[in-house]
Amino acid sequence: MSQPQEFEKVLSGSATNVAHFEEKRSFLHRLQHFLHSNPAMVPLIVLVALIVFFGLARGERFFSAYTLTLIMQQVAVVGILAAAQTLVVLTAGIDLSIGVIMVFAFVIMGNAVVSYGLWAIIALALGFIVAGACGLLNGFLVARVKLPPFIVTLGTWNIIMAIVLIYSANETMREADLTAATPWLHIFGMSFKLGGAVVTLGVVAMIALYFVLWYMLNYTAFGRHIYAVGDDPDAAQLAGIQTSKVLIATYTLAGLIAGLAAWVSIGRNGSISPSTVVTDFNLQAITAAVIGGISLFGGRGSILGTLFGALIVGVMSMGLNMMNADPQWKVLLTGVLIIAAVSVDQWIRKVSG
Amino acid sequence: MTQPVLTARGLVKRYGRVTALDNADFDLMPGEILAVIGDNGAGKSTLIKALCGAVTPDEGEIRLDGQVMQFSNPMEARNAGIETVYQNLALSPALSISDNMFLGREIRKPGPLGQWFRMLDRNAMEKRAREKLTELGLMTIQNIGQAVETLSGGQRQGVAVARAAAFGSKVVIMDEPTAALGVKESRRVLELILDVKRRGLPIVLISHNMPHVFEVADRIHVHRLGRRLCVINPKDYTMSDAVAFMTGAKEPPREAVAA
Repeated sequence: MSQPQEFEKVLSGSATNVAHFEEKRSFLHRLQHFLHSNPAMVPLIVLVALIVFFGLARGERFFSAYTLTLIMQQVAVVGILAAAQTLVVLTAGIDLSIGVIMVFAFVIMGNAVVSYGLWAIIALALGFIVAGACGLLNGFLVARVKLPPFIVTLGTWNIIMAIVLIYSANETMREADLTAATPWLHIFGMSFKLGGAVVTLGVVAMIALYFVLWYMLNYTAFGRHIYAVGDDPDAAQLAGIQTSKVLIATYTLAGLIAGLAAWVSIGRNGSISPSTVVTDFNLQAITAAVIGGISLFGGRGSILGTLFGALIVGVMSMGLNMMNADPQWKVLLTGVLIIAAVSVDQWIRKVSG
Repeated sequence: MTQPVLTARGLVKRYGRVTALDNADFDLMPGEILAVIGDNGAGKSTLIKALCGAVTPDEGEIRLDGQVMQFSNPMEARNAGIETVYQNLALSPALSISDNMFLGREIRKPGPLGQWFRMLDRNAMEKRAREKLTELGLMTIQNIGQAVETLSGGQRQGVAVARAAAFGSKVVIMDEPTAALGVKESRRVLELILDVKRRGLPIVLISHNMPHVFEVADRIHVHRLGRRLCVINPKDYTMSDAVAFMTGAKEPPREAVAA
């Protein structure tokens, strides 16, 4: 025990319990703590509430295995893109180019099969390589050139969109031409029945992807490093994490996942249309991640939340559709949910102390 | 005569036209607490950064146990056995205590789970983190899985010190460990520092707080104008002497300069 200094003499009389935790807490406080350690709970509660609401309002028609699995089919592509987006957002970045990377990848896959007559496996590999390379470029510009992710991906978004339209001459590839060449590109469109449920392989791929990423983020060092880099990059660097390598790997992985989304998307849509390059897939992916409780400031949120976030949008869309509501209500409610989700995120962050 | 654990000779570091280190020397003896003091801009943070690998000096050499070292990043210094507790603590607020302690050197599960699926051994890490915190008397922290941001300032400092003590095999460097803390928590951290010293680890303590420096340090390295001005024994000089050397108001004694 070191000798206390004069002014510290009275300390012996004061409480010695440095890490004393106040036990009595209000319900709200405990809820805040609970949500802080379980970030996927908010979107899960919202999702269940929505399903119950539409189930009560529309009964059997909505609350059936068929409808619920149809929603899953509809969200599969955006859900996969949202998983990629989540990884980037967890590093405190953002990827505006994720949607056009996917379109680029499926245009390449289709062209390789139809125009160049390559084997499906090579066509798919080419698609993945191009998607991964686009992600790598983003990662390089963010991590090494140290440009802000928003600006980098705003740039690559436009660049890739233009390249897709120039390269493809905006010609749609018909489903018949594709299936004549190979069945492999449409593999994720195949489905099987489980009772009344119709499950496509695309849905299976989405769920498998979420499971793998959830495992990666929580049970591997790389996953923990993604959180650490997004949380406080300087601290992560000083703690010995090679932050730029983590960033490059994350953006590249996001690109590869966009490649998977491309493959699944071919299965869902049948034909390949380069004009989908103008669809706001990137914003839909960000929406799912934000509603799913992923903090745009990085380092917080669970990837399962993103899955729930994507399903929330899908359930709202289907439910309102069944209630014959104007489709704009879905847009309006999505906007409300985004703002609500970010407000909840801010509140949860104030948990410390 | 005992060999110093960590030495530096003739370190030079320039940032553009500013010379932060101007032929600086440094010696740390085994088992001691060496305080480094100096006015703002004297170059003490650059000296520390050079020792812990965060900055590569332009000239000069650093030796650890007599071996010449070339650190190009903090990881290399850590691997060599030099642990640093940074002023900003380098903790990730949203991650748990045990995640933070093992950040960058996680333990993987043995067997195929760890080898092929890269699965982390959560239990082993939590067990070791708990052991370390208990050793340092910090187990009033109840839940090793709680996020660091839910801890108080002193507790966070405790986690950072425990991390350094757990992995530092040769030297622990602490940069302003009591700067942001209240009186009671500072006391706790000073005890922690002495605890780490009792384990036989030499400590480099950078601090502006003269009472703290004079209380725990065995020797005091006074840094001025980018170089070591003198090394004094806190028993032979008063705090105002030390401040006077720091600011140049008083010439240092000849024998202290030679040391």
